[in-house]
Amino acid sequence: MPVFNQSRQNVIRVLFLVAFVILLIRLLFLQLASSKYDLLALDNAVSRTVVYPDRGIIFDRKGRSILENTLTYDLMVLPNAVKNLDTAGLCKILNISQKSFHDRLISSIIKNGKFRPSVFESAINTETFVQLQENIYRFEPGFYLQERPIRSYPYKAAAHLLGYVGEVDSTILKRTNFYYQMGDYMGLAGLERYYESILMGKRGIRYQVKDNKNRIVGSYENGAYDSIAVAGRNLNTYLDIELQVLAERLLKNKLGAIVAIEPKTGGILAMASGPTYDPNLLTGSFRKTNFSYMLRDTARPLFNRAIKGQYAPGSTIKPMGALIALDEGVITPSFGYGCAGAYRGCNRPIACEHKNPAHAANLRLALANSCNSYFSHIYRMAVDNREDRDVRTGYARWKKYMNSFGMGVKLGLDLPSEDKGLITDTSFYNKLYNNNWSSCTNVFLGIGQGEMQATPLQMANLMCIIANKGYYYTPHFVNTVEHQESSDTLLNKFKIRHEVTMIPDTIYNIVQLGMQDVVDHGTAMGARIEGISIAGKTGTAENYGIINGKREKLKNHSWFVCFAPRENPKIAIAVIVENAGFGATWATPMASLMLEKYLRDTLSAVRWKEVERIEGTEIILPVVKMKRRKLDSLRREKMKVQVKRFTAGVQSTNQPASEHSKNITFKHIEAIIKDEESLC
Amino acid sequence: MRNHSAEITKGIDWTLIIVYAILVLTGIMSIFATTYRDESIINGLLSFKTDYSKQLYYFLICGALAVFILLTDSKFFTATANIFYFLGIILLILVFPFHTDVKGTKSIIRFPGFQLQPAELCKIFVNLALAKYMSSIDLNFKKTKSQLYAAALILIPAVLTILQSETGLALVYFSFFLVLYREGLPSYVLVIGFAVALLVVLTLLVDQNVLAIILTSIAVLFLYLSRRELKRNRGLFILIVSIWGLCIGMQRFAVPYFFSNVLKPYQVQRIYATVGKDYQVDESTLTEVDMKKMEERKKAGNYNVKQSKIAIGSGGFFGKGLLKGTQTRYDFVPEQRTDFIFCTIGEGFGFFGSAILLGLYLFMLFRIVNIAERQRSTFARVYAYGVASVFFFHIFINIGMTLGIVPVIGIPLPFMSYGGTALITFTVLLFILIRLDADRQMILR
Repeated sequence: MPVFNQSRQNVIRVLFLVAFVILLIRLLFLQLASSKYDLLALDNAVSRTVVYPDRGIIFDRKGRSILENTLTYDLMVLPNAVKNLDTAGLCKILNISQKSFHDRLISSIIKNGKFRPSVFESAINTETFVQLQENIYRFEPGFYLQERPIRSYPYKAAAHLLGYVGEVDSTILKRTNFYYQMGDYMGLAGLERYYESILMGKRGIRYQVKDNKNRIVGSYENGAYDSIAVAGRNLNTYLDIELQVLAERLLKNKLGAIVAIEPKTGGILAMASGPTYDPNLLTGSFRKTNFSYMLRDTARPLFNRAIKGQYAPGSTIKPMGALIALDEGVITPSFGYGCAGAYRGCNRPIACEHKNPAHAANLRLALANSCNSYFSHIYRMAVDNREDRDVRTGYARWKKYMNSFGMGVKLGLDLPSEDKGLITDTSFYNKLYNNNWSSCTNVFLGIGQGEMQATPLQMANLMCIIANKGYYYTPHFVNTVEHQESSDTLLNKFKIRHEVTMIPDTIYNIVQLGMQDVVDHGTAMGARIEGISIAGKTGTAENYGIINGKREKLKNHSWFVCFAPRENPKIAIAVIVENAGFGATWATPMASLMLEKYLRDTLSAVRWKEVERIEGTEIILPVVKMKRRKLDSLRREKMKVQVKRFTAGVQSTNQPASEHSKNITFKHIEAIIKDEESLC
Repeated sequence: MRNHSAEITKGIDWTLIIVYAILVLTGIMSIFATTYRDESIINGLLSFKTDYSKQLYYFLICGALAVFILLTDSKFFTATANIFYFLGIILLILVFPFHTDVKGTKSIIRFPGFQLQPAELCKIFVNLALAKYMSSIDLNFKKTKSQLYAAALILIPAVLTILQSETGLALVYFSFFLVLYREGLPSYVLVIGFAVALLVVLTLLVDQNVLAIILTSIAVLFLYLSRRELKRNRGLFILIVSIWGLCIGMQRFAVPYFFSNVLKPYQVQRIYATVGKDYQVDESTLTEVDMKKMEERKKAGNYNVKQSKIAIGSGGFFGKGLLKGTQTRYDFVPEQRTDFIFCTIGEGFGFFGSAILLGLYLFMLFRIVNIAERQRSTFARVYAYGVASVFFFHIFINIGMTLGIVPVIGIPLPFMSYGGTALITFTVLLFILIRLDADRQMILR
């Protein structure tokens, strides 16, 4: 019996124990003392994805969606991370040649630099996407897929109205008190911005488990920590998308605007500004490039002339002058003025188109003939109406009328950044004329010239007032919000009826008839449509521009405002075409086509020909085009310098750029330039 | 006697068998937890295609084998120990001409239907042979010659295993020195062995010069403390100085020489990785194959340990629950089912579960030591200590490796790691012990 070494059994036991205690302590340290591994494990295995809700859809009055959501994926490239790439594999999936692969890589380095991600292939189709997603780990980290929910515009129209969405920037983050997060998209313009709170919905967060190759294998904890994304709500608008498309066609190759409003509700049926652009240009990854390009265009396609363009209203203001005089009680409809070709009430005569003394024998005739003398006279009568004969109080009252009509103030439609036009204060004249002025000083206001400017929207709204016989609703696009809640206060202000005159309907009838005469046998005969009674008024706005440093009178703007049918107005329209000359030439037929399209819901073949004729006519001042050309060539030069710098860079990094690759680079840049040119 | 059924089960240590069963089932559950992929469990179990079902079948085979061993007369093991040992050595040698290359190892002979890893099986034979040798009646283990003979029994298969690029398996054989210690190997042999190991580790961890200063300071301290003794005893002075000289020599020359000339660069790198250091190697001296291997191993080694630590660390106190471990479920830890099976417990059941498992293993080791000490025959005791040592080595190295305190040498966790050969080897080792123990009343074999 070996008893000699029996004590050693305890040494061995102690050795076992110590070893296990070491393991236990290490375990304690790993599992309990440090939460580092928890986080690392989460980071390893759980991916946190922000789930963006679908933004609300915008429908037109007939329930057609004019703004939808599409989900696309971009293949992004981070040039400095591209290493040991299976180029052939990637090219095969993308179905591109290796040469074009290198071209693209080079061009993204030129555009965004080596250390910033660029879009390698945008809006990848489903089939390619599936293949890419399965294999993307082979191309990471140089290449990765990026989900991109984008807005799509099936009618490619209404760009100015719908606006666009874009990623929030730091100023927005601060302004909204960090309600948004980096990477969020929000409406940056148009209805997208105005109704952001309704359209955006609520974003959700999804936790998913991924495996060692970063493939998603399922939801984390059965979605216990997920928060659900709530889709944005849809908007139903008054817009008639076909009418909108027509308006945009009519304004093609022109600068100008068309606004059509349903007088009874203030609902905007169409609002076009020329030139416009395809709203799809401002979606997805090319938004910034396209945006900055359009921003520099001298024709200013991003500028919504319908609410921001400010023009002298010219003769189109005359019905309003009549309304003020009637409401003030200074004239009756039978009031006449013996005009002999000019108004001589003030120092300087104001010319009138007509010489026949009977052409302004009453209000209806004066309106029909657009008599400058008549409206200059009644302007002065209205302003000088009070006992004290102080032009200041008189003018202040006139201004108040104008403001109540929505002139010189923001109407407050549901688009951001509307401009208010211009109706000056008395203080303006006080200052300018050293307190020494009379109704003669600004008598031109009576015929819509001088210190007076209006936006096309305001002019259309004026037509609504006459069509409604004394009231209007603030023009707006959105009729109803889907699943309306009591907290949605955005639409409340559009339900307020603005009463602006106390004139009885019978007298309004006379004003309307005077305007109908304008169309039936006056200056706006081009607007006539068989079977529809149209009340309208043409206008010609003088304007000046600065060319080569000199202030020069430019060709007049062409105005036409109208509503129809006169008996039961369903649509009020304002059309302006910049530098198109006399009001009747362009604006009138355009408005007529709009009316017919809306009221009859269709146009005859002959009328479509007319549309094509107008569409094909270019009315853009040469100076605008010249400036645009200059800008483009500047851009091209800049691009070329960049290319040179790039190829020089390649050479300096000791990689002799072969003649071949240099050619590719240049060719590619030229293609880029060409692409961008075609945008315009 | 054998025909009487009550006699067969008499004296069998059921506690050990229960612990064994719990461990194997825990292992199957862990393999299930890492490899289960939403298929029907019944199909999975019956198909024999999923890893957990395979392991279950291995378990059944082991059960049959266990019954077979328990039915065997314990004299059989003493009688055949030497024959098996030589058979094992022959198998190990046969590996060289007949091996199949599987995942970089040269230790496997493939037969149709199954494969054999002699290095694994040899553990049993060495243990038996060692027990046989140590129980020789005319043995005087105090003689250096006998000690060397015993060491040779252990080292011959170890060297053969190293030659088959299975360093991990070879290291297991060194655990048998613990048995020799119990049987009377002078403790200074183990102390010196431990000291050398410590010095090697310190050489890696501490800057060469700093370590030299520390060693010198210790030597000076010893000289100072024993200054009175020194006056009388010159030999002590010489002893201290020569130990100091040896240490410095090892630390300055021997270890660096060993690392750069004996070990493969990737092996050095792995050792360095364990202590958290990068191995700077003179690349000009490396062959291309070595470089590639090193890169690969570096990547894999560091990644394994890192992921394993993350998996275990994220378990917390109670763990994430079965099938809920995000790290172990989704293949973050390589070799999950085999060498890194402990991660599953660590992540799924946290500190609580891991501690219980460790406790279970420790209980088993203590139980085996107790069994060893109650044996009347030297053969059974030596064998039992051999089993305890092998198990201990496997458990400590394997779990230590998943926790990142031991270099990654691929050896399995007894009873839990996936793999038929390992499970069968451990089962046979254990059940021979149980058989021997059951017959402990029969004196002298």
